[in-house]
Amino acid sequence: MSHPTPAPQVDGSPPPSHEPVLEVRGLVKHFPLTQGIVFRRQIGAVKAVDGVDFRLHRGETLGIVGESGCGKSTVARLLMNLERPTAGQVLYKGEDITRLSGRALKAVRRNIQMVFQDPYTSLNPRMTVGDIIGEPFEIHPEVAPKGDRARRVRELLDVVGLSPEYINRYPHQFSGGQRQRIGIARGLALNPEIIICDEPVSALDVSVQAQVINLMERLQAEFGLAYLFIAHDLSVVRHISDRVAVMYLGRVVELGDDREIYEHATHPYTQALLSAVPVPDPAARADRDRIILTGDVPSPAAVPSGCRFRTRCFKARDRCAREEPLLTVPEPFRDRSTPAGHPSACLFAAERGTGEGNGASST
Amino acid sequence: MSTLLEVTDLHVEFRTRDGIAKAVDGVSYAVQAGQTLAVLGESGSGKSVTAQAVMGILDSPPGRITAGRIAFHGQDLLTMPERERRAVRGARMAMIFQDALSALNPVLSVGHQLAEMFTTHRGTSRKDARAKAVELMDRVRIPAARQRAGDFPHQFSGGMRQRVMIAMAIALEPELVIADEPTTALDVTVQAQVMDLLAELQREMDMGLILITHDLGVVADVADHIAVMYAGRIVETAPVHRIYAAPAHPYTKGLLESIPRLDRKGRELYAIKGLPPSPHHVPPGCAFNPRCPLARDRCRTEQPPLYEVAAGRTSACHYWHECLHGTRDSGTPEGAGR
Ligand SMILES: Nc1ncnc2c1ncn2[C@@H]1O[C@H](COP(=O)(O)OP(=O)(O)OP(=O)(O)O)[C@@H](O)[C@H]1O
Ligand SMILES: Nc1ncnc2c1ncn2[C@@H]1O[C@H](COP(=O)(O)OP(=O)(O)OP(=O)(O)O)[C@@H](O)[C@H]1O
Ligand code: SF4
Ligand SMILES: [Mg+2]
Ligand SMILES: [Mg+2]
Repeated sequence: MSHPTPAPQVDGSPPPSHEPVLEVRGLVKHFPLTQGIVFRRQIGAVKAVDGVDFRLHRGETLGIVGESGCGKSTVARLLMNLERPTAGQVLYKGEDITRLSGRALKAVRRNIQMVFQDPYTSLNPRMTVGDIIGEPFEIHPEVAPKGDRARRVRELLDVVGLSPEYINRYPHQFSGGQRQRIGIARGLALNPEIIICDEPVSALDVSVQAQVINLMERLQAEFGLAYLFIAHDLSVVRHISDRVAVMYLGRVVELGDDREIYEHATHPYTQALLSAVPVPDPAARADRDRIILTGDVPSPAAVPSGCRFRTRCFKARDRCAREEPLLTVPEPFRDRSTPAGHPSACLFAAERGTGEGNGASST
Repeated sequence: MSTLLEVTDLHVEFRTRDGIAKAVDGVSYAVQAGQTLAVLGESGSGKSVTAQAVMGILDSPPGRITAGRIAFHGQDLLTMPERERRAVRGARMAMIFQDALSALNPVLSVGHQLAEMFTTHRGTSRKDARAKAVELMDRVRIPAARQRAGDFPHQFSGGMRQRVMIAMAIALEPELVIADEPTTALDVTVQAQVMDLLAELQREMDMGLILITHDLGVVADVADHIAVMYAGRIVETAPVHRIYAAPAHPYTKGLLESIPRLDRKGRELYAIKGLPPSPHHVPPGCAFNPRCPLARDRCRTEQPPLYEVAAGRTSACHYWHECLHGTRDSGTPEGAGR
């Protein structure tokens, strides 16, 4: 089992503020893969997260996009300390939270909240909406005294656009989108510093989505909240994020600000991803310049040698099988000020439509 | 082209502690063989409940179909003998659910659940069914299908569970597939593959597809027709290429304007003002009136019918020409150019 290379100094553009509130270093999570029913033995490992580094600053939104199954939710769960990392550190204001327990952990947890991907399974079906949103106050009574809780819950319902008259209803009585808003209200309850959002708006219609995003941005401006925003909708991510990390098979493969990623992507996977974004215009149906990825999606239990994207990459060459590209600013773009000069883990990084796979920079 | 499914004036109610909720309040739509109908609309507007009524999987009680007709090849499923109805719903139509995790059995392996489709409906032998299951997992592009067939649903990522669901739905090659947000949990490259896959099956088998989604990009890419829902009713229907260019209902217009666009970065997104109505207190007149920029007195008292605004286009707005043409006078209906 190869060990992840120690974190090179990678970060996209200058951060919106100085100190990171959260810093992730060499994060790894492997799940054992077992076989046999009576005698289960380990035959390998699912490398769900396989060496991830990034920083999140106060008041910043870092978007995470990437293939289904590339480890986004696992990263989120590791940050929430819901899962123990196989290796690596998660530093909250400089302190490694993966080593905390008891009261110290509880104190940190108050400040890092999560909004989950699945609005169906993440809400307890036997609790009323009022109890679900108010539950964090049971664990952290210092935030809202008992007499004030019902009022706070109503306020939170109002904030996320749900009628306070719903307070005694159960989750199954709501639509998918309504449930997602309950999850967001709950995430906001403790006034956290960081909210990890795992596809918080995927289940919403675009108008409610717009309301929720506007709300999140307002709360961010007001309280300096930092968001880690995981989503598949690239235009939503672009709208809300200061920087975007693109993941593939357990690793971040490209990192940069919105212009760097969306207009000057240099990693072939990012380019393929962007080319597949459906455009809300039926007239554009025919003339999309989609990069179709061929080859099988590799299993995270059998990560390819060298570059992990090479089995599907339209630029791959022999060298890609031997050498592992690191997440750094690619050689041709160093010492030049160009938006293409941001971290990208590709040996032949180039902007789309420029120098075919020889690492040549744009002219 | 023949009409595969026709839903007419469907009403579904839920009896809850807070009273009766009219979740579906007179919905009509039709799907042709080989065609894709996209159903869009507000969260909570009854898109999934309508689909559940068609599939016969309504949560009932408390849910109840109080009126309407659901015709499959011209035969009303609601009055058909139970045995026939089951045969239709078991094999000739299938559904891909919004929430893959709760639709899959958590204590059975994914391979087993797929194989079961063949053993129960087709009498396939266990061994062959197993092989077919792996083949299906391959077809929906689950990596290392053979090795992962023994895994349980919780061991898959959200997107991969969704692919398992799709495999399950297409296993018996149904004539109609209802896909309730089939790609919400998928990244765009896999989404494109899944939509291509559904399109391919559609061509091969002349399959009809009802696609329930919030993704206006996907709709623009694959739909033939669109139905937009609001508060339990259809508010607009149109061929796909017409609606994006010129919506005929203010709700549709608001939806289209809410899509994040480049020039909105750093600014607030447009959002329709106000809250969606509770299904217990739907406003009188047009349900959209408290949020509508065009609303006038008539809208608060008189419920708009589905006006025919052009050939194959309807809108449930009294002032549809104003919406369509952006003028206050009652211009001539469009559609001459179709
Ligand atoms: N408890 C577990 N046991 C074994 N494998 C797991 C477990 N949890 C996750 N995995 C695997 O780890 C990988 C990453 O999963 P994760 O849920 O983090 O993906 P994701 O990027 O969030 O995907 P999606 O976009 O589909 O939600 C997947 O291959 C998944 O099957
Ligand atoms: N089992 C139930 N009991 C009571 N009310 C229900 C039940 N199921 C659905 N409803 C209500 O019926 C209405 C329609 O719900 P439905 O799930 O069809 O919405 P939807 O259009 O699919 O929304 P979304 O886009 O958010 O999935 C909602 O107001 C919902 O609260
Ligand atoms: S390093 Fe090679 S295989 Fe990897 S992305 Fe670049 S070109 Fe493709
Ligand atoms: Mg996930
Ligand atoms: Mg639904």
